[in-house]
Order: sequence, then C-alpha cells, then structure tokens
Amino acid sequence: MLLREVEYAKPGSIAEALELLAANDGARALAGGQTLINVMKARAASPDMLVDLNGLEELRGIELAGDGTLTIGAMATYSELMVSAEAKARPILAEVCATIADVQVRNRGTIGGNVCSNDPTNHLPPLMVAVGARMTIAGAAGEREVPAEEFFLGVYLTAVGPGELLTRISIPAGKKDGFAAVTLGADGTCICNAAASVNGAVRVALGCVDAVPVLVTADSADGVADAVRAADLMPPSDVHASREYRTHLAAVLATRAAQEAFAR
Amino acid sequence: MDVTVTVNGTTYERDVEPRKLLIHFLRDDLDLTGSHIGCDTGNCGACSVIVDGVLVKSCMLLAVQANGASVETVEGLSEDGELTTLQQAFNEHHALQCGYCTPGMLMSSTALLRENASPSEEEIKKALQGNICRCTGYWNIVEAVKSVAK
Repeated sequence: MLLREVEYAKPGSIAEALELLAANDGARALAGGQTLINVMKARAASPDMLVDLNGLEELRGIELAGDGTLTIGAMATYSELMVSAEAKARPILAEVCATIADVQVRNRGTIGGNVCSNDPTNHLPPLMVAVGARMTIAGAAGEREVPAEEFFLGVYLTAVGPGELLTRISIPAGKKDGFAAVTLGADGTCICNAAASVNGAVRVALGCVDAVPVLVTADSADGVADAVRAADLMPPSDVHASREYRTHLAAVLATRAAQEAFAR
Repeated sequence: MDVTVTVNGTTYERDVEPRKLLIHFLRDDLDLTGSHIGCDTGNCGACSVIVDGVLVKSCMLLAVQANGASVETVEGLSEDGELTTLQQAFNEHHALQCGYCTPGMLMSSTALLRENASPSEEEIKKALQGNICRCTGYWNIVEAVKSVAK
C-alpha cells in the first residue's frame, strides 16, 4: 500500500524533535512504526510529517538505580527489554514483552509506542498502571511526570499533548507481579487482559474492557474477582467477545494475574 | 530524499519519497523481488529482511529509515550460486509448497540460527511466529530448520 504523501524528519536531539512537533500541526512522532505505519496504510491516520525518533540514543537506555527503580527510555524495544540485565529487576516486563506479536515486531516495537498509542487491546498500558509506573513527558516548557493512572485518557489518547514527547518511564522496585490474557491465537491481540501487582496493596489493571485501563484493588487474590464485579464494567461487544463474556473474562483473568503475582 | 542503502553488500544511492516503504524500495527501485508482499498489514512476514543485523518486516519500515543501513534479503543468502545449508535443508525437507512465504521463512530462520545455533523445536516455532505459510506447510519448515540446528 502506498502511503499518503508525508514529510520526514530525523532529529538529532530531543530538543530538535520537540521543535519539529511543535512547529508542525500535522506532525507525529514515529517510534517503532509497528502500529503507525499500518494505520497510515489504512488512512486511519494521515500525518503530514513523521518525526523519526530512531537514532535518539537519549531515548533508548534501560537503567537500574540503587533503590531498585527502573528507568526505561521510551524508545527501548520489546526485544531490548527481553534481554536487558537491568530489566530483570522487574521480571514481568520481559515476560509480557515476549508475548507481544512476533520477533520482527518485537525487534522494532517500543515501550513508548505501545503506551502512547493506547490501543485498548495493548499489553503495556494495564501493566504500567498495575506496577505504578511514572511517565516523563517533555515539552517546550520542560519536563513533567505523570503517574500511569493519569496517563491514559481515552482510546488512542494519552496525557502526551501536541508538541510533547514521552521520554522515559520509571518503575518502582518490586517483583510480585502477574499478567494474564486471552488472545487471538498465541501471542496475538488481546481479547481481554489483566496485570496484577502485589507489592504492597493488591492492584489489578484490566485491559480491553474500557477506553483506558481500569484499576481495581483488593486485599487478597480471593477478593479480586468480587472487586472486578463491583467495578460495574461495561466493556464493548465485538466479533471476538460479547460484553457479557468479556466481563466474565475480566474477573477470571484478574484472579489469574493476582494469583501469579502472589505466587512469586 | 537522497538515501544510501547497502543491500547484500552492494551500495545503492537513490532519491526516494519518504512515503515509500522499504519493501517497495527493494522490489520496485532495486528490482530485488525475492522479498514478497503478502498481506501488506505487518502480519504475514513474507517481506522479512535483516537490517543492520535485526530481523524486521520491510512493510513496516520506510525506505528513508534504512538510510545508511546494511540490508540483507533472500537474494544475499547464497554465495556464488551455492545454496546455504538452510536453503538446502528447505529443499530436502520439502519445506515449501507454493513458495510465497519462503523468502521470509528463510530470513527469519537465518536470524534465529545466528542468535542460537541449536534452537529447540519450541524456539524454532516461536522464532517463526511472525511468518505465515498460507499452504500451512509449517511441519516441514520446522523440520528443515531443526535439521540445520546443531
């Protein structure tokens, strides 16, 4: 498929990328391109300019601080997260990344692209909410930090505004996490998913049931299913699952994810 | 935009539109038609190539993004007309039926074997997850890769 005509810029720094995004209304950041290029083929998105973030080394690293806080550059790929010695501090990251699509997609697709596209069926938005990640957004006015719970605003919509970029994600120390999903084929698109974290309170974030991840909390793994039911979910019906079935899956997957987290 | 891309060891300089996908650049501009377009939606893997050592689907990369890169396609696998061990194994195990997915299967298997010379059957299947064979001839493809695994 031939894309619509588009301008292309490859900035040499974050500052230059921000200038390009701010100066061009129709500019979009191009991360791994594993979603954006395809929606451009379908004309579901038609940016006038692509600002290619590949090559910005400042967006790439994965660092582990002394207190166990993991800082991940927005352009870290799923494959990089899978083999990173630092990322092993939070094992769920590599485990979930290994179930996203296939080798080729994991080699290009990035953590930043996954959360910024905020497709409700994506794996990482609920995971970021469950683990209490903090997202750093850069813009003309400098940097601000947004908790994952406030980062996801709607379908394909996040706190990253026009002229801004997600630069890095920091994740606090902790190991007791779980993830469960029902997918279209092995490692396919999620029909429903749940990420759990029991480092302190029991937090379970559900994906595919609303425009943004839905966070529920409970005191124990046994209480998770009731907490999900009490959330009065109104998930969409589609060809893969009815609203009723997706609601049922949400409680089942939340429990599985919480049990996995407790078992670590 | 002027781009310089090295493909299978040969360096090409071309003026390309930013909207051109790498697969179209390879096939239409360089006449390297070994890499196939199957689905054009990033699912089938028939367009898989190796860019700077990394396996990618060339329908999800712009040609301009390959500026300065070294690209390997199925045409670059054999040397002096001699098939690689993997290609011979595909032949011996009847690992192709219509052959449309074969270039992608070969590139994905090549990338796997470079990283892991002795993959298990499970690892082979996981590595080929991004490549769809519409003849459903997966069994013999996995057998061919297995036979090359050390």
